[in-house]
Amino acid sequence: MIHFVLLISRQGKVRLTKWYSPYSQKERNKVIRELSAVVLSRAPKLCNFVEWRGYKVVYKRYASLYFCMCIDDEDNELEVLEMIHHFVEILDRYFGSVCELDLIFNFHKAYYILDELLIAGELQESSKKTVARLIAAQDSLVETAKEEASSISNIIAQATK
Amino acid sequence: MQSSIMNTFSSGTRLRDMIRAIRACKTAAEERAVVRKECAAIRASINENDQDYMHRNLAKLMFIHMLGYPTHFGQMECLKLIASPGFPEKRIGYLGLMLLLDERQEVLMLVTNSLKQDLNHINQYIVGLALCALGNICSAEMARDLAPEVERLLQFRDPNIRKKAALCSIRIIKKVPDLAENFINPAIALLREKHHGVLITGVQLCTDLCKISTEALELVRKKCTDGLVRTLRDLANSPYSPEYDIAGITDPFLHIRLLKLLRVLGEGDADASDSMNDILAQVATKTESNKVAGNAILYECVQTIMSIEDNGGLRVLAINILGRFLSNRDNNIRYVALNMLMKAVTFDAQAVQRHRATILECVKDSDASIRKRALELVYVLVNETNVKPLAKELIDYLKVSDHDFRGDLTAKICSIVAKFSPEKIWYIDQMLKVISEAGNFVKDEVWHALIVVISNASELHGYTVRALYRAFQTSAEQEILVRVTVWCIGEYGDMLVNNVGMLDIEDSITVTESDAVDVVEIAIKRHASDLTTKAMALVALLKLSSRFLSCTERIREIIVPFKGNFVLELQQRSIEFNSIVARHQNIRSTLVERMPVLDEATFVGRRAGSLPGAASTTTATSVSLPNGVAKPVAPLVDLLDLSSDDAPAPSSSGGDLLHDLLGVDLSLPSQQSGAGQSSNSGTDVLLDLLSIGTPSAPSSSSTVNILSSNASIEAPVSPLDDLSSLSISSRTTSNAGAAPVMDLLDGFSLSPPTENNGPVHPSITAFESSHVRLTFDFSKEPGNPQTTIVQATFINLSSETYTDFVFQAAVPKFLQLHLDPASSNTLPAAGNGSITQNLKVTNSQHGKKSLIMRVRIAYKINGKDSLEEGQISNFPRGL
Repeated sequence: MIHFVLLISRQGKVRLTKWYSPYSQKERNKVIRELSAVVLSRAPKLCNFVEWRGYKVVYKRYASLYFCMCIDDEDNELEVLEMIHHFVEILDRYFGSVCELDLIFNFHKAYYILDELLIAGELQESSKKTVARLIAAQDSLVETAKEEASSISNIIAQATK
Repeated sequence: MQSSIMNTFSSGTRLRDMIRAIRACKTAAEERAVVRKECAAIRASINENDQDYMHRNLAKLMFIHMLGYPTHFGQMECLKLIASPGFPEKRIGYLGLMLLLDERQEVLMLVTNSLKQDLNHINQYIVGLALCALGNICSAEMARDLAPEVERLLQFRDPNIRKKAALCSIRIIKKVPDLAENFINPAIALLREKHHGVLITGVQLCTDLCKISTEALELVRKKCTDGLVRTLRDLANSPYSPEYDIAGITDPFLHIRLLKLLRVLGEGDADASDSMNDILAQVATKTESNKVAGNAILYECVQTIMSIEDNGGLRVLAINILGRFLSNRDNNIRYVALNMLMKAVTFDAQAVQRHRATILECVKDSDASIRKRALELVYVLVNETNVKPLAKELIDYLKVSDHDFRGDLTAKICSIVAKFSPEKIWYIDQMLKVISEAGNFVKDEVWHALIVVISNASELHGYTVRALYRAFQTSAEQEILVRVTVWCIGEYGDMLVNNVGMLDIEDSITVTESDAVDVVEIAIKRHASDLTTKAMALVALLKLSSRFLSCTERIREIIVPFKGNFVLELQQRSIEFNSIVARHQNIRSTLVERMPVLDEATFVGRRAGSLPGAASTTTATSVSLPNGVAKPVAPLVDLLDLSSDDAPAPSSSGGDLLHDLLGVDLSLPSQQSGAGQSSNSGTDVLLDLLSIGTPSAPSSSSTVNILSSNASIEAPVSPLDDLSSLSISSRTTSNAGAAPVMDLLDGFSLSPPTENNGPVHPSITAFESSHVRLTFDFSKEPGNPQTTIVQATFINLSSETYTDFVFQAAVPKFLQLHLDPASSNTLPAAGNGSITQNLKVTNSQHGKKSLIMRVRIAYKINGKDSLEEGQISNFPRGL
């Protein structure tokens, strides 16, 4: 199972964290500090796995971002690597050639996508298309609600003029 | 327009603007200021109960949270948003819930009701949100409350909900395994699904169910094995499908999950294993291995083949795949290959041995992860036949290895060399290489063991001391090498100078007495030398002072400056040694006789008994005394320990043999200051001899009488005799009315074991089940109220004999626990005997908190494992 997902920038800034195992806030900060030091210091071309506190951290760098997933010792590292890529492709499709800025200003969108991909630290969906469809459906629900809200406030504004 | 009107009510900036402002900050202080301002605004907005901005506030808080600032004040906002009716509010509310809270927070319980309502919502996306949140953060209580809802949703019409419910169920059964049985049947139904998402999650749920419940395992194995094999075959043979295709393979994720479940089903069941052989062979041979996805499947397939019941052909296939992996240029593939070969060793060591050369290359890889794996693999591949070349390779590599890696590498080399060394000279040679190369990484017990071996190899003493002398010339910066050299020169310095015991393989060297003293002098004056090394060097100098008479005066000059040393240990030694050198020529030679040979077996046994952090105890090689209490101390100590028969067995302090012998264990003198304590007196006679650190005690003990009766012996042959003659001579000089040192020399005799004079604590029955009873007797070390000596006695209440009896105990942080080895590991039936074991508990909160302990007792009845656990909280107060 995946214990947590971390997105760290080249400068060590956290862009996304998702915890599937209970870590207190203090532990989380410690984990992030420790792991960013380990992962960021690894030279390119080394393998994408780091053994850490009896777990394994699978990481992969995409442009300025490191995607890290922490898994159990007996899990399939190569599959998790593929999972990270799967996630990145979905992000890419959603944002249209995603960049770090997209994930900063629309961090909540990145979380929504991750939630369609993983639950309880396990993979939920292997089809990129399905994830995209589900996210689009929910986004449009939000849009509709917003439009309704603004038309109501328009009416109120008109009425109270 | 509208938003600008609304903004007049709120001072909040938009999310986007806040992020910009934070990103524009140049210093951490600026960032803190912006965040503080935002947080204040959000708080104010929360206090005004501003509905319109709840959504935005929470989004901002999440961003602030990600930066690492406290955001607990926003937790209730999440709950409010979740409870509001609209989808957008719920969506951000659940996101905030998952991000800002974790399962251990009380607030979480408040959300149970909202979750329950949302799980029954008519809008399937809202149901999806609730399932996702529940799956990611639910606690055991919530799992119990909401399990029926989730179970029902496993049959929901929309696949999107079914797959979420399946993963949510995994979390629930992990939190509350008792609930597993409710999920078995709906989970099995999911295995027949066509939708990949549902199938993937269903297979995963079944895998986890099978791990938790044997009932589930048997049911799934019986009902679904064939179906799963068919699903995997269809998947493997399916035509190109763009939706699921990754690098030419249809849904590798599903492949992997199916292989994983098959592994669980095949393990330990020949029939199930048999039915999956064909498809495994097909996957192993047909899968493309040029992309990550294909290799991930092959890797999983190899794992499954190696776990299920034996099928020779398949395993050959698996090993071949790993061989291919190992020669792959991609580091990731090599890493997993090393990982798997480790498991393969257990059933086909021969096949793995074939890859030894490649694996050895991986030890030298530039990638730390690969090096670590490879080193572990090499470690298990070493045996008597290949130890020499492998050790050579590793030691050669040690010279060029990364600093970070040296610790691991050194430990492994030492362990390999010690375990498989064919002969002593080879062992000594290799260890010398290691300590000259990476001495600073060598653990204490390792170099202590080396000294024990050297001491035992009497024909190699000369050779060893000369080799060390040479090594010292080039690697004097290695502390451990310095220590071993100093010790050996102290003991065998004469052999160094006179080229005694030359072997054919060595070149003779000319070393003068003063050269040998030079080495010790360098060691003692070296800035980097630590206390232990300096103390050892002082002892060596004392010994040399009697062996190299020409250098006596020079040695005294080296010793004297330490009279003013700030470290009491060194100061005291210096004063005492100086006086021995200057004034007691007559006793000096006997006083510094060569050390008697250290017993290897006992040393090993003792080491096992005093391994740091080991809660369990080993009884392998402890010495059994007439009183039935095992006593893991060196025979030398036994020899001297005249009081052991009538006194409580001395409990060693866990320090090392050599430490005791050389008197360098600094913890001992301080413990002794709590005088009259029987637990150390036996062990430290020799320590006393060399360090003379015991406070003077009445010399009227029986020991001294015994020793005095030996006074007529002319030529001392055994250490015991050394002691006696020393005692006599010192007493005579003392009678002549000389320096105060005499009193110290006088006082080395055993202090008579004194009875415990602290408050008496009643014994308790700490643990009792129908099989075993455990009683504790307490005693205190006088002058040390924090420490309690607990004698544990185990009685077998059943009619079967227990073997492999192991007692383990754990204590909270404020306590420190040290377990001595147990008297035996066999407990006779029906109370016909007992096992005793001493525990030493130090209570750092003495007087404030009582002792508490959790215990585990493991044993075998007729070869069957049995385990009992319990907590002991009925300790008498004031311990």
